[in-house]
This record gives sequence, C-alpha cells and structure tokens, in this order.
Amino acid sequence: MNKKTSSLVQRLTLTPYSVWAVLFIVVPLVFVAYYAFTDSSFAFTTDNITRFFTATSVVDDGETVREVHTYLVIFMRSLKLAVISTVICLLMGYPLAYIMARAPEKTQKILLTLIMIPMWMNFLIRTYAWMTILQDKGILNGFLTALHLRPVHVIGTESAVIIGMVYDYFPYMVLPIYSVMAKLDVRLLEAASDLGCPGPSVLRRVIWPLSIPGVLSGVTMVLVPSISTFYISQKLGNGKFFLIGDAIEGQYVANNLHFAAAIAFILMVILLVCMALMQKLANRKLIVA
Amino acid sequence: MKKIIELKNITKSFDGEVVLDNISLDIYDNEFITLLGPSGCGKTTTLRIIGGFETPDSGDVIFMGEDIKDVPPYKRNVNTVFQRYALFPHLNVFENVAFSLREKKVPKDEIKRKVTEMLTLVALKGFEKRSVTSLSGGQQQRVAIARALVNQPKVLLLDEPLAALDLKLRKDMQVELKNIQKATGITFVFVTHDQEEALSMSDTVVVMSEGRIQQIGTPVDIYNEPTNAFVADFIGESNILDGVMLEDRKVSFAGQVFECVDEGFDRREPVDVVVRPEDVDIVPADRGMLKGVVTSVTFLGVHYEIIVDIDGFKWMIQTTDFWDVDETIGLVIEPDAIHVMKKSEYSGMFGDYSTFSDEMEEIGEVEIEELAEIEERGGNRTESGKTDE
Ligand SMILES: Nc1ncnc2c1ncn2[C@@H]1O[C@H](COP(=O)(O)OP(=O)(O)OP(=O)(O)O)[C@@H](O)[C@H]1O
Ligand SMILES: [Mg+2]
Repeated sequence: MNKKTSSLVQRLTLTPYSVWAVLFIVVPLVFVAYYAFTDSSFAFTTDNITRFFTATSVVDDGETVREVHTYLVIFMRSLKLAVISTVICLLMGYPLAYIMARAPEKTQKILLTLIMIPMWMNFLIRTYAWMTILQDKGILNGFLTALHLRPVHVIGTESAVIIGMVYDYFPYMVLPIYSVMAKLDVRLLEAASDLGCPGPSVLRRVIWPLSIPGVLSGVTMVLVPSISTFYISQKLGNGKFFLIGDAIEGQYVANNLHFAAAIAFILMVILLVCMALMQKLANRKLIVA
Repeated sequence: MKKIIELKNITKSFDGEVVLDNISLDIYDNEFITLLGPSGCGKTTTLRIIGGFETPDSGDVIFMGEDIKDVPPYKRNVNTVFQRYALFPHLNVFENVAFSLREKKVPKDEIKRKVTEMLTLVALKGFEKRSVTSLSGGQQQRVAIARALVNQPKVLLLDEPLAALDLKLRKDMQVELKNIQKATGITFVFVTHDQEEALSMSDTVVVMSEGRIQQIGTPVDIYNEPTNAFVADFIGESNILDGVMLEDRKVSFAGQVFECVDEGFDRREPVDVVVRPEDVDIVPADRGMLKGVVTSVTFLGVHYEIIVDIDGFKWMIQTTDFWDVDETIGLVIEPDAIHVMKKSEYSGMFGDYSTFSDEMEEIGEVEIEELAEIEERGGNRTESGKTDE
C-alpha cells in the first residue's frame, strides 16, 4: 500500500512536468514538422524540403559569375562559423573549467558568478555592446589609438561574428565541463601520479577521458545555438554573413512559414545526426582510451 | 635486515592542528609492517607522506638512503593501494593494471605478459576485458593490488584496503595479501584500525594515537608487553588496574599483593597493571587470591565472557567453564599473567568502572602511609578493547 501511494505521489508530482514538456517541447516540434511538409493550403508536399537542397542563385563577386546552391552555401557558412566558435570556446573553456575545479571553494564561486553574469543580460543588449566596442571608431580602437597602436577593422568581418558568438555561448561550454571536473575524484589523479604519470600525462590519460561527457555537452550546447544563430551576424557582420538562422528568420518575416519550418526541420535533423555520431565516437573512446 | 624507509622526526599539521607529532619510524626490507590506531590518529597522513602526496612540515623521509622529501609521487619507487581502490572507471581491468607500464612505454608483448602474470597472482585471470565498475568489491580490491604491484615497487602502501569488504571476504583477503607479500618479497606498509587484522598479518605493528607512535613491536610483543594503558586498551581485551610496585617482582593491586615478573621500577612506584581476561584462572571462592561475584555471562561460542564484581569493581574474564550469575568465585592470577606498565598520560583514561583513577592521578602527592590504605582498598577497572572497529 505504501508503495502504491508513493508511486501515485510520484506520478502526481511528475504530471506538471509532463504537461509542460508536451506543451512546450513536443507540440512545437510537431508543428514545425507539420509546416515543413505542407504547402500554404496545408496539403502534404515535400517541395519545401527539396527547395532547400536545389534552390540556386547567382553570385557575382566582381570577377566571376557563378551559380550556387543558395541554402547549402548558407548552411556551410553557418557550420564553419559555428565550428570555429565552438573550437575557440572549447580551447578557452576547458583550461578555465580545469582551473576552476581545482581552485579553492571561494575562488570557484567568484569565477562561477563572473561567468554567469553575462547570461543575466539580454542577448540583444550584449550584441549591441559588442557593436560599440568593435566599431571602427569604437572603444577597442579608441583604446588602441590611445596606446599609439594601429586601429583594427573588425566590425563587419567574420572575426566580429565569431567574437560575438564566442562571447554569447562561452558559459555554455564552461559550465558542463566544470561540473564534470568538480566531481572528478582527486584520488584518481593521485593514483595516476602514484603509477608514474607526471602532470601532463595525468591530464591526457585520466582527466581528459573522464571529462569527455562534459566536453560533449558543452560542444552540443555551443554548436547548436551558434549554428542557428541570427542577429549576431546581422549586427556584428553588418549583414554580410547571411547565416542559416537569418535565412529562417527572413523566410518567417516574409511570411513563408512553410519554407522557414522546412529549413528549421532540416537543420534539426542534421544536428541530431551529428550529435548521435559524436556520442557514439565518445563512447567508443571512453572504453578504449 | 636492510632499512628501506626511515621517517625521521616527522611533524605535520593541517590548519594549525598538529596531526603528526615527531614521528620516527624505520621500515625494513621484505617486512609486513602495519600502522594501527584509532580514526584520526594520522595513519593515512603518514602513508601519504611516504607516497609523496603530503610534505611534512619538518623531518626527513629517507628512501634507501636518499632523502626523498621533495621527490614527486610519480618518481617514487613506491605504489599505493588506495582506500576504496580508486580504479580508473574509463579503463577495463587489463588497462587498469597496465596503466603504469604504458606510461613507461614498455613493449606491448611484455605488458601483456606482466599484466597476465599479475592477474593470475590475484586470481583474476579471464577478467581482462571486464569493466572495473562491473566488479564486486573484492574483485576491485584485487585489481587495485595488481595495478600497484605490476610495477614491482620496493614498497607497497595499503590504506585500509580491506575496510569495505564483508567479514568473510576480509578474512580471505587477509590470507591472500599475506601470501602475495611473501611471494613477491615486497615491503608492505599496511594501515588498519582493526587490531585483529594487524596482529594476524604483520611482522611489525606500529600503534599510533593522536599523531604519536605509542609502541613499535612484533604482534606478540605488542600484545604481551604493551607499553602503556593506551596500547593495552587498544589491543585486545584488558583489565587495567591501578597498582603500586612494592619491589622487584612484587606488585600490589586490587587490595592484594601479587608475585609478578616485572623488574626495574622504583620502590612504591605507582603503575598500571594489565591482566588479560584469558589469563585469569577461576577457582572455588575460598581458594582464590581474589574473590568476586559474577554479574553477567555472555556466551561467545569458544568461551564465555563473564563480568566479575570484586569489591565493587568489575573485571572481564574469559572462561570455558560455565559460571552462573550471582555465583561467588575465586580468581588466581599467575605471575606471568601480570604485566606492569609505567604510568602514562593515558593512565586512568580507559575503563568505565574506574573510581580510583582520580585519586591515583594524584599519587605523587600521596604520602606513603596513605598508600597502604589504598592498597588495602584496591583499585581496579575492567576494560574491553575496541575489537570491532
Ligand atoms: N588535507 C587535510 N586537511 C585538513 N585536515 C586533514 C587533512 N588530512 C587529514 N587531516 C586531519 O588530520 C587528522 C589525521 O588524519 P588521517 O587521515 O591521517 O587519520 P587516520 O588515522 O588515517 O584516520 P582514519 O582511520 O579515520 O582514516 C584528522 O584529524 C584529519 O581531520
Ligand atoms: Mg585513514
């Protein structure tokens, strides 16, 4: 009888969550899929999907005129920027997470707060802040000029977009890695050292393989939003780097809901496949290492 | 015998609290040495200093004649079996054992040979591919031992390696560990707070308390000749009584004068007297040196453990004969069953039945005439050691 009540209680407490999950996760996904595979009169069609892969446009870069697959090019550009940002986040985030996890508790708390403060600010405001910093006559160049250094042109370049993305998504890389590292049993590190490993070896043979789950979720949490980001590219890239997120937004604003949904759907499938592959690879690595 | 490790006047404190207080200890080649003491007495810290995970505040750590105080753990020819094993969860059994060999870039076929040899030694052959998280506690323990031994260290440090195992498995592993030690000839420095384990496995036992070494000796010495009340209390069951050494081989306690075998004390020196529960002979009341009433009887399988009230003080006695509660019995204590110890800071600290210890603490000021009176009344208490810890 006791067991029954507890499972009932369990079910009751879980119900709000289930309702929430269905309402805010499942329903929107179903709608995206539904829109992706229907035309404006809601009849079934795969045209939207095909359009993504086949639509072409003409590019004239001054020297040559080429015909390219519009959306595939946009997708590859998004992927490139997202991967670069993710790699930078990882290269900066991993050591930081490691240092944090080994620091005294007080330092850990301070660093955690510092990392999270930007997350409390609106993302638009953060992007605008970077605009004022990176502009040709912005804070950065003012600073460089004051130091009698040559001003740099950043705004409107790929670098500016990458800086924006790295800044926005950095906490999502650090936090999962940090939480895995903080839980790492110090005795494992001592055991490695006891068995003849100097510091770098301990990092390579014990810390790194054991922190892979954190790295994976960090990479996922940075790669996914940065591949589908919009706005950052518009504001910091001066609209020169049209990304897949911008494409979705553009179609949506232009009231092409079905095609916008199709792009979103394809993006989602590609990301899911990537994640599954990564997970598999990591699993294999974890066992062999 | 060759000294392999010497700890010289090691002192260590954490946050201003002294954890090791001037520890000096010699460890010899091929020896099975055990650090024994209650929780928090500094056993692990001592081991970690030998392993290189802690640096002493002062003192020297000498390893085969060389000071290794500043040598990092990975360069020491010492390996550790950690409490709760600390196996690498991302590696299988084979790779855990091969860990140190891979670091040294040992050729593949040699790694295979050595790992197989080690797994055979710890009876885990055929488990190579298993994930360590899927093993039982005893199996994980053996992987940890194999992993530490594969490197053929000069010294193996074991921090309560059997604490997490159930009693049966622990007994088996005790025998197995001892066999491995004999087979490999590696010096084992073993930490435990289980005195039975310490006595049954060790060549040398080091009894520690509050960051200080109380006694170093063979298990037999430690049991038969404890140096102070702490050791007598911690090792086995003891009746510890306040006494007075009247002259060589003559001691007075419990209101009687007894023949004993101890010498070299001052005349009328206050002492602690240890009588082990199994060393007391029970005789009819009128023939005993002491006379008392049985207040409780516990059957323990091999023998009975009875509590005897003698002049209001309770002794623990082990006997194979049955004596009923409220029976009056006599006790005979042979001279070699009596062990006399110098008074120490631990005098009077042990035993729930002590009432005389307070008076005895001030014995220095007590006049000789008064002593006679104390002798007449006698002073005793019963102490049961912490066997089950
Ligand atoms: N890193 C540390 N920081 C602060 N205090 C410590 C540290 N390590 C040990 N201590 C303290 O030192 C004392 C001795 O600890 P130690 O671990 O050596 O005891 P132990 O004899 O191994 O005890 P146990 O049987 O419980 O394992 C304890 O009071 C402990 O709290
Ligand atoms: Mg300990």
